[in-house]
Amino acid sequence: MDLFNTLVLLLDSTVRLSVPLLFAALAGLYSERSGVFDIGLEGKMLAGAFAAGAAAAVSGSAWVGLMAAVLVSVFMALVHGFASITHRGNQIVSGVAINFIAAGSTIILGQAWFSQGGRTPLVGAAGRFGAIHLPFADALSGVPVLGPLYSQLLSGHSLLVYLAFLLVPFTWWVLFRTRFGLRLRAVGENPAAVDTAGISVQWLRYRAVICTGVLTGLAGTYLALAQNAGFVKDMTAGRGFIALAALIFAKWRPVPVMFACLLFGFLDAFSIRIQGTPLPLIGRVPVQFMQALPYILTVVLLAGFIGRAIPPRAGGVPYVKER
Amino acid sequence: MAEAAIELKGISKNFGSVRANRDIDLKIAPGTIHGIIGENGAGKSTLMSILYGFYQADRGEIFVNGERAVIHASNDAIARGIGMVHQHFMLVHNFTVLENVILGAEGEPLLKTSIAKARSELERLERDYGLEVDPDAVIEDLPVGLQQRVEILKALFRGADILILDEPTGVLTPAEAEHLFRILRQLKDEGKTIVLITHKLREIMAVTDNVSVMRQGALVATRKTEETTVEELAELMVGRRVLLRVEKGDAHPGDFVLSVKNLTVEDMRGVKMVDDVSLDVRAGEIVGIAGVAGNGQTELLETITGMRKAVSGTVTLDGAPVELTGEADPTDLRRRGMAHVPEDRHNMGLVLPFEENENAILGYHWQDKYVNGPFLDIEAIRRDAQEKIEKYDIRPTDARLKTANFSGGNQQKIVLAREMEQDPKVLIVGQPTRGVDVGAIEFIHKRLIDMRDQGKAVLLVSVELDEIRSLSDRILVMFAGRIVGERGPDATEGELGLLMAGVEEKEAAE
Repeated sequence: MDLFNTLVLLLDSTVRLSVPLLFAALAGLYSERSGVFDIGLEGKMLAGAFAAGAAAAVSGSAWVGLMAAVLVSVFMALVHGFASITHRGNQIVSGVAINFIAAGSTIILGQAWFSQGGRTPLVGAAGRFGAIHLPFADALSGVPVLGPLYSQLLSGHSLLVYLAFLLVPFTWWVLFRTRFGLRLRAVGENPAAVDTAGISVQWLRYRAVICTGVLTGLAGTYLALAQNAGFVKDMTAGRGFIALAALIFAKWRPVPVMFACLLFGFLDAFSIRIQGTPLPLIGRVPVQFMQALPYILTVVLLAGFIGRAIPPRAGGVPYVKER
Repeated sequence: MAEAAIELKGISKNFGSVRANRDIDLKIAPGTIHGIIGENGAGKSTLMSILYGFYQADRGEIFVNGERAVIHASNDAIARGIGMVHQHFMLVHNFTVLENVILGAEGEPLLKTSIAKARSELERLERDYGLEVDPDAVIEDLPVGLQQRVEILKALFRGADILILDEPTGVLTPAEAEHLFRILRQLKDEGKTIVLITHKLREIMAVTDNVSVMRQGALVATRKTEETTVEELAELMVGRRVLLRVEKGDAHPGDFVLSVKNLTVEDMRGVKMVDDVSLDVRAGEIVGIAGVAGNGQTELLETITGMRKAVSGTVTLDGAPVELTGEADPTDLRRRGMAHVPEDRHNMGLVLPFEENENAILGYHWQDKYVNGPFLDIEAIRRDAQEKIEKYDIRPTDARLKTANFSGGNQQKIVLAREMEQDPKVLIVGQPTRGVDVGAIEFIHKRLIDMRDQGKAVLLVSVELDEIRSLSDRILVMFAGRIVGERGPDATEGELGLLMAGVEEKEAAE
């Protein structure tokens, strides 16, 4: 029973840790499916987290924090769009620039506004997205096996956790069952086909990066106001890149994206769990190894096991009408 | 007379200093097939792109069915009932036929109902016009002929009454092209107006009612097709008389230079692409290989030039064997006097982003005259390129220009100049005039005859039967990987056509 409880706890933290990855990976999915590569997920997420922390600290409201995060993150997504869609700049360079701007400006602004070494003041309960307890969670917790699963694993998460997982079928539905999704997928494969069909390639791609901005804003909000109680400098800690790995790993498909994020979340949870605990046979595993595992796994699996991940054909290429 | 379906008045368009369209007036009568013919770069595609809203004209007016039309973008053209089948298909490769057809014309935000509606509409169109395609097939699995049908269906689905086709037969086999023409005639009978852009005179004569000729951005003449001739149109296109039949003296064949014995080549799936082929090419003769595209010619060329692995057989160049493991050293083959003009100049013949002078030595860059110790001798290379530009009449005459900015015909001349100027023993040429305009074709044909007269052995592969017949001293016909017959240069088109279609020698003789 002890092992079972450990397992439930492990899965519970897997869910929590995979949520920011899931928001960010779905964010990247919208942009990259439209043909705009985005390695600036990390930066947008970080800026969103800072905006959420700052606004919630000042206003005391989690919802104000969320709105601020989404606005800031969408603004940065539009900067990326302006550089790479309107001005046909290099998408990788633009994305890297976004990451640097976010990393630098969050610390400078944080220090200037709050003078706490780049962090934002801790917010109280009203400024956070607290846990939601599903009905009967306490009553059922005593039921063997199913009880803990329900009360620990399904219940007791913040609103954003449920939102993240609901966004998976929603994204699938948008992508494959709506006009917008059809055009989005088309513009990522062959923008000329979209253009000659009488649709604006630029406007379509802008809408895609706006979706990305909204979702990275949610990812940032989750980090600052659900997982923590305020912004801490560099709090994204490479999650934007892991999300990108998950996106490639899942071949730009929504449901596999969720499983990839859960896998990477699990590795993260597992590495925290076994920190300092020697494993049988192997002995003590360095934390650094566990932290590197998602990346190693991505390379290994992409190299051999899941086949080639073929990105959207027009990805990374600005659209220019041919002469 | 009824209103013109399309009337253009004084259309002009410049790209920088290039005057792509100059003051063009054109009337296209409704319910006709109107051909627009001209060399590459004559401005045909630009004119049609203006009509379809891809570009804006600098000056001029467009009238559709008598009404003045302002066409800013493709959807303005679509709204006016204009549809276009582009030279390079505008299809999403991993979408189904149905998805491609509805893209941009979905009607409502959710796909479910629009797909159902589109399916029945598509079935009706397919039935009415004989344009059968499986609506659920994925584009990349379809042969090009069917992909083109999808493009036509796309236009019809959007309610197009005026259909523009830009070089539609460039990618089609003769049979597919014939089928396309049948479809076009049927569309015309239904009252549709069709604009056919091409540089192939034969197609104009076969299918159009009227024809307009463009030259250097200007519309130089419009004729009723039945009142004009191929010769007149060719002359209008290039502005001077064109020899459609190359003049050449008798061949004086010498020693055997290239010998292929019992060559068999398989593709990755193990299917025999070249099946027990033997042939000889002697110095001072042109041996032409005729055949419908995809009957093993490409594989034969690639194997002879050392790029593809043979299953069995031998190839001898000037008495010494050519390595057939697929890893022959191309530099070694060039040293031994084998020059190769590949079929696909964009992927194999040239590096398009390079400057002209760099492409002009590519593959021969190791030669003493181009190097200075470990460095390239840039001066010598540019001088050399400039000489070739003059000798081969390559335009524009700028050796520093990016190769991609040359027209198809001039790009081909760059490759030919590079290979021919190396004084090879044997010249292997694939599709020398594919996508090349009439003026350049004439020039290229003359140069090939010159090579022969200088005593080179020339192996020519072409899907253009006219080209094979007018250049070759001996004609071999390839079908399903085998050489199915040999004929002299006086063989009739019908005779060769039967062989190309795989009709056995004995039957053909009857």
